[in-house]
Amino acid sequence: MLDELKILRDHGIQYVKDLRGATLTPLFRGRPVVNLEVPQADVDALVSMCPSKAIGSSPLSIDLGKCVFCRECEFAFPTAIQFTNDFRIAANRREDLIVRAGEDKPIRLDESAIRPEIRKTLRNSLKLREVSAAGENSGEMELNAAGNVNFDMGRFGIEFVASPRHVDGVVITGPISANMAQALQVCFDATPDPKVVVLVGSDAISGGLFADSPALDRSFVEAHHIDLYVPGNPAHPLTFINGLMDMLGIEDR
Amino acid sequence: MNQYHQYVRIKGNPATVKLADIPMLEYDLFFEQAIHILHNPDCRCVSYFAKPDNGALTCFIVLSDGAGDIIIYGYRCNERATLPSLTAKIPAMHIYEREIAENFGVTFEGHPWLKPVRYPYNRSYSDWMDSYPFYRIDGTELHEVGVGPIHAGVIEPGHFRFICNGEKVLHLEIQLGYQHRGVETLMADDSSLLKKTILSENIAGDSAVSHGLGFALVTEALSGVEVDERLAQERVIAQEMERVAVHIGDTAALCGDVAYQLGQVVCEALRTVMINTTQFWCGNRFGKGIIRPAGTRYPLTADVRDEIVKNLTKVKREYGQFTDRLFSLPSVLARFEGIGIVTTEQARGIGAVGMAARTSNLNRDTRKSNPYLAYRNLEHEPILMDSGDVMARAKLRADEVVQSIDRVLDMLDKLDYQATSATPNFGLAFAPDTLAISLVEGWRGEICHVAITNDEGAIDHYKVKDPSFHNWFALALAVRDQEISDFPICNKSFNLSYCGNDL
Ligand code: SF4
Repeated sequence: MLDELKILRDHGIQYVKDLRGATLTPLFRGRPVVNLEVPQADVDALVSMCPSKAIGSSPLSIDLGKCVFCRECEFAFPTAIQFTNDFRIAANRREDLIVRAGEDKPIRLDESAIRPEIRKTLRNSLKLREVSAAGENSGEMELNAAGNVNFDMGRFGIEFVASPRHVDGVVITGPISANMAQALQVCFDATPDPKVVVLVGSDAISGGLFADSPALDRSFVEAHHIDLYVPGNPAHPLTFINGLMDMLGIEDR
Repeated sequence: MNQYHQYVRIKGNPATVKLADIPMLEYDLFFEQAIHILHNPDCRCVSYFAKPDNGALTCFIVLSDGAGDIIIYGYRCNERATLPSLTAKIPAMHIYEREIAENFGVTFEGHPWLKPVRYPYNRSYSDWMDSYPFYRIDGTELHEVGVGPIHAGVIEPGHFRFICNGEKVLHLEIQLGYQHRGVETLMADDSSLLKKTILSENIAGDSAVSHGLGFALVTEALSGVEVDERLAQERVIAQEMERVAVHIGDTAALCGDVAYQLGQVVCEALRTVMINTTQFWCGNRFGKGIIRPAGTRYPLTADVRDEIVKNLTKVKREYGQFTDRLFSLPSVLARFEGIGIVTTEQARGIGAVGMAARTSNLNRDTRKSNPYLAYRNLEHEPILMDSGDVMARAKLRADEVVQSIDRVLDMLDKLDYQATSATPNFGLAFAPDTLAISLVEGWRGEICHVAITNDEGAIDHYKVKDPSFHNWFALALAVRDQEISDFPICNKSFNLSYCGNDL
């Protein structure tokens, strides 16, 4: 027992106090900023180099729902694109994930698009079932980390639990393989209303690098309303938790 | 010439060979020679796959002779051919033959277990996940327990089917394939080298550095790029940091499964320190972005060194203090010792690699047997355990954490911080009609990447092998005769990859 107390004392306090205001290392790849004045030849080169087809032209833009945050576009054209370490990049409308040239503004949820029953029923307690649908497990590990001693999203009553019968929503990682499509649907059907659907990571949001793979079946995403998109490769725990806090209307703590 | 020496032997790791130099034998001779070579306990198969071409198949077998050399040869046959099975004589071949059978409809006669591996979209003769032919035992005393594909925790999916007598597990069968994304197909399409690089980092996120390295080594070998000494060292440092982070995370999971909550949170916090150090270096907690072909975007500067030294010193002290405590707690020992034993014979029989082999006293470590990059100049002594149980797998992690941290600190001490490495090159030109292979010791074990180029130098076949491909069977053996309630801890003690297997 004394040994345990000594370990506790030596290891100190671990939790991140201010989940809204935390700062990540400058190199963390968060929200990009895209410049307005980029020669057309460079725009074309950027569009064709991007491995996930996230870059669009006229105007030059980056779709964070497709981007895998490799940062290679910035290395190739540092004057056109810069990644900031702003980790608050979750949105509830798919089109808000697109960062356009000349727009350097924070990404936030559209309050008017949040279903009222979410805040009314789930604000103080949100239990979630996670389905890894061909996620390569860094995304899953980051979701586990969101509940660990550092990020501790349990302080808001947010928690992952085992049974879909006990939850208020489904969180999906991975591009959704054909082999997981049915299990995902079964899990969703077993979840009582009102339920939220959250897509975490570029793979889940758009198929990411796997968008063209014949092994996927993404019909689930097309068929259901998505309440929250959390970009990343993988999504950082702070991105996930802040997105949920925004959705639930939790100010800060 | 000895009739059993019809192969090409190549040295080094990574290595390349011209396709024209690989002997293609009649299947009978292929078969005899494989058995002859694999009867030597030091030799083992590191890859065996078929490359399709209009209904015909060219099959390659890649063997390691245990002394640093790679042996390659092959045979040709047609899709849906019927051939005698190697598995009947060499059980470790079971998974390779199953894969070829699944993809191309080849029937391996005498194979005791010719079942689907992953039900890919190009499945040749199987129809659907639900039709998996589980092994069954009829008997009124026995019951079956099915778990998954979606598991209780936030982890990847797979299906486990237990046959139990009361609490006792008679048999466990593991059905995988839910994570199948078509990785190998995408690696061989006409996409850019950049896209393939990032794909390789996403084969298994917990091994982003190691799989990324497997791919980078193959591309460099195909284009004749010599990596400079500095980069060779940085990559090894990144790989060892990945190992430390995952081992500590696994220690947390093992503690969680025996309800030792303090241990769980202490290790979670220490893992956070590790991956945040990696994030400081490259902006990503899993090291995505560190490994690039022929160069680096994130040189290991003196600033990065200071951060690594500070944090690894702290982690080593606190993790050491904690594991001393962990391995002296009677309640933990009671749950770790003698549970989930895999014997040396079993491990060798199924072709176990990496941690799963070394904890059963089987000395398999690519860093020693086929050293690459800076390992060529390091005296690496693999850590071995002889009890083959959960305790061995927990202790191996604890010991490897110390070994890896010491290695990183030592290497950082000797780095020349004035030296600079090249920047990545995504315009590499590959040698045509060539097979390239790399072996990398990920934290789970041996990772094997093979690329084959066509006459224009484009990759037109790609084969990835994660250690889990062999080691899932070790888990199935470990739980035999155990209580079913010991399954979670046995599972965590191996921590195998679903995505890496399903590809
Ligand atoms: S960082 Fe995103 S937008 Fe830029 S190249 Fe990579 S995937 Fe494309």
